[in-house]
Amino acid sequence: MREKALQQNLSDDLAIDVCDLVKDFGSKRAVDKVSIQMPRGQVWGFLGPNGSGKTTTIRMICGLLEPTSGYGNCLGLDIQKEADAIKKATGYMTQKFSFWEDMTIRENLAFVARLYQLHPIKQVVDETLKTLGLFDRQHQLAGHLSGGWKQRLALAAVTMHNPALLLLDEPTAGVDPQARRDFWDEIHRLAGSGMTVLVSTHYMDEAERCDRIVYLSHGKIMVQGRVQEIVKEVGLVTFKATGDGARERVEAFRRDDRVDYASYFGAALHISARDRQALQAAIGEFGDGLQWQEIETGLEDAFIALSQMQHMQSNTSGKG
Amino acid sequence: MLRSLNGIFAILSKEMIQMSRDRLTFAMILMIPVVQLVLFGYAINTDPKHLATAVHVEEQTPMVRSILTGMKNSDYFDFILTTGNGEETESLLRDGKVSFVLSIPAGFTKALIRGEQPQLLLEADASDPAAASNAMAQIRQIVLQALQPDLTGPLSYLAVSADPVDVVVHRAYNPEGITQYNIVPGLVGVILTMTMVMITSMAMTREVERGTMENLLAMPVKPYQVMFGKITPYIFVGIIQTFIILAAAHFLFRVPFAGSMSVLALGVSLFILANLALGFTFSTIARSQMQAMQLTIFFFLPSILLSGFMFPFRGMPIWAQWIGEALPLTHFLRIIRGVMLKDTPGMALLNEFAAIGLFMLVVGAIAMKRYRRTLD
Ligand SMILES: Nc1ncnc2c1ncn2[C@@H]1O[C@H](COP(=O)(O)OP(=O)(O)O)[C@@H](O)[C@H]1O
Ligand SMILES: [Mg+2]
Repeated sequence: MREKALQQNLSDDLAIDVCDLVKDFGSKRAVDKVSIQMPRGQVWGFLGPNGSGKTTTIRMICGLLEPTSGYGNCLGLDIQKEADAIKKATGYMTQKFSFWEDMTIRENLAFVARLYQLHPIKQVVDETLKTLGLFDRQHQLAGHLSGGWKQRLALAAVTMHNPALLLLDEPTAGVDPQARRDFWDEIHRLAGSGMTVLVSTHYMDEAERCDRIVYLSHGKIMVQGRVQEIVKEVGLVTFKATGDGARERVEAFRRDDRVDYASYFGAALHISARDRQALQAAIGEFGDGLQWQEIETGLEDAFIALSQMQHMQSNTSGKG
Repeated sequence: MLRSLNGIFAILSKEMIQMSRDRLTFAMILMIPVVQLVLFGYAINTDPKHLATAVHVEEQTPMVRSILTGMKNSDYFDFILTTGNGEETESLLRDGKVSFVLSIPAGFTKALIRGEQPQLLLEADASDPAAASNAMAQIRQIVLQALQPDLTGPLSYLAVSADPVDVVVHRAYNPEGITQYNIVPGLVGVILTMTMVMITSMAMTREVERGTMENLLAMPVKPYQVMFGKITPYIFVGIIQTFIILAAAHFLFRVPFAGSMSVLALGVSLFILANLALGFTFSTIARSQMQAMQLTIFFFLPSILLSGFMFPFRGMPIWAQWIGEALPLTHFLRIIRGVMLKDTPGMALLNEFAAIGLFMLVVGAIAMKRYRRTLD
């Protein structure tokens, strides 16, 4: 009864509105009480290390996995009862390339067009091929394409029916930087045309291209919000050291309890902590002879510090 | 209606494209009937001679000697021993020491001369029909020919009358007399069982193994559309295989075709569908192509052993007959043998059609129930 009442409150303005999703595989909890409220028309990043539950969550959202518990809507449709309708209105690009490698680009697209009943098929496929710059390669077998082109094909195929919601699971993994940039331009072009996009990734620079991010660790949401807000919320102070011997000092800083996080960036050493006084004390002790400079904390520093400070999770999840 | 056909057609055309690119499977589809025909055909074509024969003769007369000489000269029979009593011959046959026992009773010659058509009994170990069948088919001719020189003068009237001797062939251990004529039509059923089940079960598990299943599940297509779309192209494959075997039956092995083409076509179609449905069901159980293959073999073995293809059905223990009745191949064999060899009318085979149809419905329902709409 209580669940029913709650469900009525789920809003229609949200593209994704899921509450306390849990997924167990045997005794392993892959997703642990994940709640996401994502408004229509935005581009959100779904971050987290490998095995943190991103794929599993996306699969539950589009009706491919039954949640162990929890409930929710996707595009106003119940994720458990209306999976068929959700499938028609979403485009889901799987993490592993899942189109038919023994068929050509054109044959793959024509198959998808036929399943979604897009007419006239030939015209729809031709247009898609042209927009994505695949027209010259249309008769190549999908299995013979390089990683970047495979991703283009997959994106073309899952957007052909003009879905309201696009779920992209690590679309740029293993793709070269230029292709990644092109891919993101395409994502923003699609978002501009009104699609809501949820992209999972573990590239930090990609996170900064999103309106908001949701960060998952061990199946739980650790933090979510705008990139700047998250960095601020983590509250790290970061100093950068340059000069001779900067590299040799890293071990000393890592061992020190006052320093949360120490790492190199090129020849420079970055150290971060939440407590400015403690950090400065540590610099005073181990930092002689180096040039020190306070810098803005990067998202990557923030996340790594975050995953080392698991206890923060309870304070920040659910905000957004 | 149009929408559901659309989904089926989408899957179907995808399947056709993939089949045309998969040369190995395609070669297998054509090679299996050919290889099996060669294997079984070889066994069928061999004309085994010098088969061990025991002789139980109660009188020695010139005519009896003529018969024995004639049999020996035919090269089919090697008289390895002569016995005195009937019980001994029985055990010889049962233990496989001899393939034949020839019995000529006392008074045979006298009865022959009087025109009483005395019995000459040839007991054959028919459990290996391919081995014994040619000799059994020839024996009457051999005996009559051997007697020809003796039936002169006053006895010449016997040579032109009805057979002077009543040659009785007793097929021990195989009363139904399975012969090469039964085996070739049976091969249609055996080959269809093997290839149809295997091809469909592997076509589905391949999607799971390659990760394309997730994509298929994420798109708006219903389980029954996937099933029909996947199955339909293989119906044609099955029909091609059937034509190959039937052509070989006709041109190479001279198997007669007594009955109605359309009844057979109906039987073949129904049987193909039943096996395809089973293959689809297996694909909902197996998690890999390897498992699909194992399930196929697990089903294939009892099918060839307990359907009446290898061993005479009525000779099997009751429990084995019950299992046999549950297998579509058993019923298909009755249809195809009936139609091809005996011109059995379609109406008389209704029960067999119904049995295959029932099997198909049950298996198809299981498939629809088991087909996973999610990745769980
Ligand atoms: N089908 C499955 N069966 C068992 N365990 C699974 C299955 N899918 C995922 N897992 C486990 O669940 C956890 C989360 O996996 P996943 O959602 O793929 O993470 P991510 O996409 O963030 O890398 C991992 O530990 C993984 O091993
Ligand atoms: Mg993943």
